Amino acid sequence: MRIGVLALQGAFREHRRMLEACGAEVVEIRKPEELDEVQGLIIPGGESTTIGKLMIEWGLMDKIKTRYNQGMAIYGTCAGMILLCKEIVSSNQPRLALLDATVQRNAFGRQRESFEADLTVPEFGADPVKAVFIRAPFIEQVGPGVNVMAKVKDKVVIAREGNLLVTAFHPELTDDNRIHKYFISMLKK
Amino acid sequence: MQQGTFRVKAGLAEMLKGGVIMDVTTPEQAKIAEEAGACAVMALERVPADIRAAGGVARMADPTIIQRIMEVVSIPVMAKARIGHFVEAQILESLGADYIDESEVLTPADDKYHINKHNFKVPFVCGAKNLGEALRRIGEGAAMIRTKGEPGTGNVVEAVKHIRMVMSEIRMLQNLPIEEVSSFAKNIAAPLELVLETRKLGRLPVVNFAAGGIATPADAALMMQLGCDGIFVGSGVFKSGDPVKRAKAIVSATTYYNDPKVLAEVSKDLGEAMIGIEISTIPANERMQERGW
Repeated sequence: MRIGVLALQGAFREHRRMLEACGAEVVEIRKPEELDEVQGLIIPGGESTTIGKLMIEWGLMDKIKTRYNQGMAIYGTCAGMILLCKEIVSSNQPRLALLDATVQRNAFGRQRESFEADLTVPEFGADPVKAVFIRAPFIEQVGPGVNVMAKVKDKVVIAREGNLLVTAFHPELTDDNRIHKYFISMLKK
Repeated sequence: MQQGTFRVKAGLAEMLKGGVIMDVTTPEQAKIAEEAGACAVMALERVPADIRAAGGVARMADPTIIQRIMEVVSIPVMAKARIGHFVEAQILESLGADYIDESEVLTPADDKYHINKHNFKVPFVCGAKNLGEALRRIGEGAAMIRTKGEPGTGNVVEAVKHIRMVMSEIRMLQNLPIEEVSSFAKNIAAPLELVLETRKLGRLPVVNFAAGGIATPADAALMMQLGCDGIFVGSGVFKSGDPVKRAKAIVSATTYYNDPKVLAEVSKDLGEAMIGIEISTIPANERMQERGW
């Protein structure tokens, strides 16, 4: 099981640590050809504008879409979630536009409004998920094929559509690896 | 739901890793920085090179400047407060700044004590020349550390000195038998529990960026290869001949810091770098890195 972590900018080191703790082999992705070796890809938190520009400049945008169409699963956290959504409220920044959803950036406010919360997610069992939201986005609207898995303040913060998984928060900043395990199980099917 | 926890404060720094934070003084410069791929901007009245040239007392920027910059960019906006000036920090927090740099670039307001950063919901970044200084700042609540370098000089030598010092002290600490650790903590004047945590992690407990004197893509890659998590560029972008091109090149160099072919490509045709200052020509009492206790 080889999983890529997009390593252009942001918290890729933490995702690597989480995946390795789950027993996966991890490849840091900076060049398009590196995507040929992986069955799944994590797009980490960071600045979505920075990551999007670097994806275009270094030829990763089209290659990720191609690999997705060939069956590669993708998990996006925070900035990764923004980059996966088709619509971004009042922004024309570069994006992959694969997930049928409308996302709002910095939706809970600026850094001083960033927060931690306990989420109950049936798919991950009875224990709540400790979710860390940092200048986080939320999903305002989803298309018919999108499965909403958790909400905060009535806004979508975990969603799945086929081979795509997104969270508005950062499980990689905690020691709870259930979401990473869930993503790995998406690859096996 | 909890706000302002240390995990949330240090978490934003984690998201900035592998990125470039650029000093800007106008909304136009802020837009240029964002367009070039900066992961955050530092809103200032003057860049360090101009603060150095102007002399006198340097203070927190006018809130109007910070607000106007916050209005035009979607990336995090940082701002500087003077060392020990907790009221400037309160003002910056109320404006909604995303990070406060308690910075030696400004004239210190307290000659003995730094701000108690635990008191704030907004996270702080502080400069450090060595491990003891870094851990004292973290003990006071800093959620991010940067090298001090010598700001506004375009000369990377001091930043190199500081990251090498921190990394070498961490390696030394990891090789000490446990009974020698408390004495090591005393000698570097750092809290023992943070020394123990650093020893266990093999790195600082928070993100550590490079700052002070970075002027070229190669400088940025050098600091990354020496172990920094990301880059602050102060005067290096907007005091150069072609800020847009140089800013983009430094962003790419910070991502591809281990790839000399990419570094060669992005280093081409950047125009004039900022004019540098040899450190030995700066009188000791004018060196900003000596500020901080």
